[in-house]
Amino acid sequence: MTESQAAKPATKKKGKSKYDYSNGPPPLEINLTWCKACNICIALCPTQVFEPDSDGKPVQVRVEDCTQCTICWTHCPDFAITSNYK
Amino acid sequence: MATVEKTKSVEKQKSDVVLNYFRPRKKLPSVWCAGCGNGIVMSALIRAIDKLGYSKDEVAMVSGIGCTSRMPIYLDFSALHTTHGRALAFATGIKFAKPHMKVIVITGDGDCLAIGGNHFIHACRRNIDITAILINNHIYGMTGGQGSPTTPSGSISTTTPYGNVEKNFDPCKLAEAAGASFVARGTVYHTPQLEKAITKALDHNGFSLVEVISNCHTYYGRLNRRGDAVSMLNAFKENSVTTAKAKKLSPEEMEGKFLIGTLHEDDRTEFCDEYQKVVDAHMGEK
Amino acid sequence: MVDTQRTLLLGNLAAVEGAIYAGMRFYAGYPITPSTEVAEGCSRELPKIGGRFIQMEDEISSIGAVVGASVSGMKAMTATSGPGFSLMQENIGYAYITETPCVVINVQRGGPSTGLPTKVSQSDTMQARWGPHGDYTAIVVAPSTVGDTVTETIRAFNLSERFRTPVVILMDEIIGHQRELISLPKPGEHQVINRVKATVPPEEFQPFRLTANGVSPMAAYGEGYRTISTGLTHDPMGFTTNEPKEIKVKLDKLRNKIMDFRSEITKLRVEMMDDAEIAFVSYGSVSRAVLLAVALARSAGVKVGLVQLYTVWPFPDNKLRDYCQKCQKIIVPELNMGQIVHEIRRVMPPDTEIHSLQRYDGEILTPMQILEKLEEVM
Repeated sequence: MTESQAAKPATKKKGKSKYDYSNGPPPLEINLTWCKACNICIALCPTQVFEPDSDGKPVQVRVEDCTQCTICWTHCPDFAITSNYK
Repeated sequence: MATVEKTKSVEKQKSDVVLNYFRPRKKLPSVWCAGCGNGIVMSALIRAIDKLGYSKDEVAMVSGIGCTSRMPIYLDFSALHTTHGRALAFATGIKFAKPHMKVIVITGDGDCLAIGGNHFIHACRRNIDITAILINNHIYGMTGGQGSPTTPSGSISTTTPYGNVEKNFDPCKLAEAAGASFVARGTVYHTPQLEKAITKALDHNGFSLVEVISNCHTYYGRLNRRGDAVSMLNAFKENSVTTAKAKKLSPEEMEGKFLIGTLHEDDRTEFCDEYQKVVDAHMGEK
Repeated sequence: MVDTQRTLLLGNLAAVEGAIYAGMRFYAGYPITPSTEVAEGCSRELPKIGGRFIQMEDEISSIGAVVGASVSGMKAMTATSGPGFSLMQENIGYAYITETPCVVINVQRGGPSTGLPTKVSQSDTMQARWGPHGDYTAIVVAPSTVGDTVTETIRAFNLSERFRTPVVILMDEIIGHQRELISLPKPGEHQVINRVKATVPPEEFQPFRLTANGVSPMAAYGEGYRTISTGLTHDPMGFTTNEPKEIKVKLDKLRNKIMDFRSEITKLRVEMMDDAEIAFVSYGSVSRAVLLAVALARSAGVKVGLVQLYTVWPFPDNKLRDYCQKCQKIIVPELNMGQIVHEIRRVMPPDTEIHSLQRYDGEILTPMQILEKLEEVM
């Protein structure tokens, strides 16, 4: 458990996502071979879409909350995140 | 020269733009540590180049030695990975030989300001149309965490184990004083602003510096208890002040903060343009 | 018919004439006695022919700019003297590993350190071969007159383009600062060699491809081939490698592409060696004093000859052995404390008597001093 995860504020403003992913692809594509589990996307996502898997790599858990705000893929140091909608 | 239309909302770039710019057959992921800011700068840089519509053939990317210097090899441009501190000298040769080329230098605080300091101030003075992306992580990363010219006083590094007794440069002030005609600072946290700053720098005809405050959590972060990549990114957010906001803050409020945004811009004549006038005036003389 | 090419020319400016004749259109340098006139000449002449001159902030950046211009497709040069030559070494080494053609003129002066800025010397001879760190093979040529400074500079550019390598021209203060009446070459009089350019489609192109003669076709920046040049040891694609096999292949390439073709590189001036019992071996301006001494000695019936090295490195082992095999004694006059003499000792049979004639007080060895040594040795 890295330091920043513990320091996550208790309540997060829920982003109103105007995307409906129920019958489309998930918001994002994660390239797990390039991802180095640096935790930046997980910690910076304003609506906490991700949870870390056993290796610390992001899993899109709260898909419906993704507002396509681009913060994750513009901050990924390893180009491992691309959006299916942008 | 492609000019950036000042559209109201900058058209959001596609997330997969970066994938078209990797060098074929060059293995990814990169050699950089997990969470290193270099990758964030690289993707912002690619999106800026893409937005300006440069062809891959007209871009030459030059680097020296250090973590940042590995960037050009991953990208599908003409790449020159040179000797420590000398990237700007090689880049001057390329730009002066082929002025239509878009010459970009990728450098770090050690590479550019220590061993490369002489070439840095002269490239600024000459105001040659080169864009230098100075990724400042306040330490020598490649060689394992030694102090650099931007390591803050009192900071710990593997060569300042009792706290750095030296003062550190402000690369942006140094560049402006030396004559650079475009100076901006960004951070790896503020990616939209970083992309914009790099786009303006590339589009500017003259020596452009973009200093990017970046995280080296592997060495600077660990040795100075600044936490992991995320903690350092958040700290950059807390400690930075845009030039606009800074106008409303008192010196006390600015204590410990650093400015981000465009810090200097002028339209002094550019080196290659001026030399071309000499050639045009004397061409064919005996 | 008046020879319009006849001109009274300073040695340093003869280098500029030769370089321009060879196609040099980019000069980056830094002022240093006794080579500064090369820079000044280029600053005047290059704009007239659409060339580029830049005075950089120091010598290490000068050679950096030269390499940058060369990878962009231009023939590029710098000129310096001892102290500057020392500062350039790391980036000359970069040009070796990246196989980037360029020419570095060292107008030698007294050393070490600041030494004798306005005095002659040949004390950088070993540095010209071994200056940069690591294993590589150097090509170093040495003119001896203002006239052959023009031709040796042309040859230096041809060799650098042919072998995709830096070439050092060892001049000295006397050659650089003397004026002589010479005939400038007419267009077409000398062959001018250009680097082999890439022709395969970009996606198949390998900037350091292993070829029969070890010299890879080269692509210039901005022409559709987006190649890598890196100072890290690399594979034929230019990608960094730590594989022992690939490392050896690269270093063998740097050596073999030159050592396997020494016949194209070695150039000697051989005078009166057919029946010589004593041989002089020299290079650079000293050779002129030796020529006079040999002529005088011959007129006194002494069987003596001269082998002058226009190519100092790679050292012409076999050729020298052939020419000097009948000589029991060899005298090696140098303006240093004995440098090339060690190569001659290495090459000649152990029983050959080899004498090192040295002058390192800032003046050139005179014909009289050479004759005195000859008498002493006979």
